[in-house]
Amino acid sequence: MLTLQFVPYGEIKSLTSVGRIRKLLNLAKENKIVLLEGRLAKEEEAELIKTTMEEINKNFRGIELAVVNTNLDNGDPFSKLKSSFVSALLGDKQGFTIIGPAKVIKSIKRDPHKLQILMKDAQGSRRKR
Amino acid sequence: MANTFTKFITNFFKNLFGKKKLVKLGIYGPINAGKTTLCNTICKDWLGEELGTVSKIPHETREIQMKEKVKIKSDSQEIDFNIIDTPGIATKIDYEDFLKFKLSEKEAKKRAKEATKGVIEAIKWLDNVDAVLVVLDATENPYSQVNITIVGNLAARNIPVLIVGNKTDLKRANTKRIQNAFPQYPVIGISAETGKNMKEFYEELFKVVR
Repeated sequence: MLTLQFVPYGEIKSLTSVGRIRKLLNLAKENKIVLLEGRLAKEEEAELIKTTMEEINKNFRGIELAVVNTNLDNGDPFSKLKSSFVSALLGDKQGFTIIGPAKVIKSIKRDPHKLQILMKDAQGSRRKR
Repeated sequence: MANTFTKFITNFFKNLFGKKKLVKLGIYGPINAGKTTLCNTICKDWLGEELGTVSKIPHETREIQMKEKVKIKSDSQEIDFNIIDTPGIATKIDYEDFLKFKLSEKEAKKRAKEATKGVIEAIKWLDNVDAVLVVLDATENPYSQVNITIVGNLAARNIPVLIVGNKTDLKRANTKRIQNAFPQYPVIGISAETGKNMKEFYEELFKVVR
């Protein structure tokens, strides 16, 4: 069964960089697709890739990472100002980060209907209860 | 902030006393973008010899490779570079992907293991470079998370960046798309394989490291 886990920013806010990476990676290693509110710091993203590489084995082949960013900065001074203003208000809470185990994402890419089937399965089993 | 200030002061005094500049130039990017091909072209242009082997199989470069004191000239300027070719950055490595290239399972697993170590080394080396060329395949979508993570990291560390859109000899290449993806950075389109636009590349490089 496919699990999509939402992690609110408040859940990682008080954690250290190591703690944040550990939490997200552990969820991905449990074959869960993580939807994180906000984003990691730039250095944490690199550290997440590094830690992922350290933990690759025959069962865990890595992650797919996507940041749905709401960064308004496209280089011109006005958008820079706008972006700084929004960052000051929201911090790293802007946008969403999606982290999924590479193996699961690969099988969804191969057969996109699988995602629908998995979701229907999940709905069905919930109804049976 | 303090780091930037220290760098500024160091560079100021180096320039003041005419000390010859040595730039540690990291070459970063996703897999199969042509990083080693670009390194080879630079080394052939200025040293007459190549640095590493290239291959269509992903993760051919699995260790950091360095060529020291590559003297590059552009107009009236001359700068010594230590050129650091890094393994391609990836968020996933699956040995089964290498089987498509007719590697045996044993070879594929070995390659995957070495590749994971290569990515770790490449990320660690970010602490040791003065400037970076981010090499992207101009025929591919530039909005991949790996590209964004690399460029974002360099920006956070205040490392000067030149984005190189490689493979412009191919029909599908689109340098404009890279410029739109990273409007804050200088972008130059080249073909490291054919040598197209290399003169302009060196001029841009000097603007970035100056």
